[in-house]
Amino acid sequence: MVNKATELKSMTIERTRPAGSFIKAVTAVVWKDVRAEFRSRELFSAMLVFSLLIILIFNFALELDIKTRQSVTAGVLWATFAFAGTLGLNRSMAIEKDRGCLDGLLLAPVDRSAIYFGKMISNLAFMLIVEIIVLPVYSVLYSVNLFQPGLLLVILLGSIGYVAVGTLLAAMSVQTRTRDILLPILLFPVVIPVLLAAVKASSGFLSGAELAEILLPINLLIAYDVIFIAVAFMVFDSVVEE
Amino acid sequence: MITVKKLVKRFGLKIVLRGVDLEVQPGEFVALLGPNGAGKTTFLRILASLSRPTLGEVNIAGYQLPNQASQVRARLGVVSHLPLLYGDLTAEENLRFYGRMYGLTDLEQRISEVLEMVGLETRRRDLVRTFSRGMQQRLAIGRAVLHDPDVVLFDEPYTGLDQDASSMLDEVLKTVAAKGRTVVMTSHDLARAEDLATRFDILSRGVISASASRKELRKTNLLSFYKQALAG
Repeated sequence: MVNKATELKSMTIERTRPAGSFIKAVTAVVWKDVRAEFRSRELFSAMLVFSLLIILIFNFALELDIKTRQSVTAGVLWATFAFAGTLGLNRSMAIEKDRGCLDGLLLAPVDRSAIYFGKMISNLAFMLIVEIIVLPVYSVLYSVNLFQPGLLLVILLGSIGYVAVGTLLAAMSVQTRTRDILLPILLFPVVIPVLLAAVKASSGFLSGAELAEILLPINLLIAYDVIFIAVAFMVFDSVVEE
Repeated sequence: MITVKKLVKRFGLKIVLRGVDLEVQPGEFVALLGPNGAGKTTFLRILASLSRPTLGEVNIAGYQLPNQASQVRARLGVVSHLPLLYGDLTAEENLRFYGRMYGLTDLEQRISEVLEMVGLETRRRDLVRTFSRGMQQRLAIGRAVLHDPDVVLFDEPYTGLDQDASSMLDEVLKTVAAKGRTVVMTSHDLARAEDLATRFDILSRGVISASASRKELRKTNLLSFYKQALAG
């Protein structure tokens, strides 16, 4: 009980570093997100069910021949990932806001960009897991082989760019009353360059285009990833502070 | 330990704090009282480095805000009316997470000490979402003192607690203060503030309008002092 321990045993609390190690803080945030999601499965199940519903709806809506299906695959896939991604990003930040946990994170003596990178990595992990499940389902429904190393690389690069800017904007929108509707309105215009490059590169791999033709959108994806991560690294502190 | 000079905070056109001056000595327990909308929470959020001052100086434990915010945060514990805890993690997982964020060594031993202090050692493996409001608030205090801070800020810690939970929280607060920590607490509960604090400051219309120590208050009671300060 409370009065049983009136004095703490350890008089001095040792810290491994005065202001916190960046990597350890990032790891702690990822560990916390994965652990909490493993229990609740709220974010993951919402994203997965929503993704599967979208590809099913497209499957019924586009009763096309196999050749045409291949040509729309990239668009359908990225529309699915983008819509499902907003659900995950919203939920991921809403968890931080609901019990004031975002303040708890911001009170830690670490560089606040470590919080951003922690949230970004866990959001990316959840998005990639959903994509790994969606791809074989899509392959079966649309009779398209999606398991090509080049396409998987594009999905990874596109997801990084999407989550990089999405995590930053989710941190911004979660502080407003209209957070659920504000995130897609803010996110989609900003993420269009990533989606366009990802669709172009994905189409290239699916249609068996020359590598030289696909290299440009892939390079663009890499450039967008670097730019979005760098911008988020620089502005995250200002976004979360009043 | 805490020095605030001519602190101004503005949100757009609305000025919430209009030049707050405050000095808190090491080991003091200051109750910051005032009506709703007086700016108490805004003031505490600035001390906690969660909000930037528009103008003025804030110095905590020898470090300036906002420039040395990271050093200040390492010496600061904050308890608000929200628990700042994850419902899908257990009590010990919450403390382990925050301990890692603060870079603590001997974390497992420290977690056990803190859980014992707040009387939750038997519930350490239970999910926080299954806790009552009072238990969550006690764990929130454990989280705030996990890194043994020099300064602890309490923002309306009794909000939503019943009498039993409030009495239990009193004991935890006394334990926290008994370690010689500097404490600043905002509250509407004058009786509890009178019981716990060593000094009483009234924040009204964005400034500290009156201040009195426990000794000075012996001649009158806190309620009369509070009413006089607001009337003046």
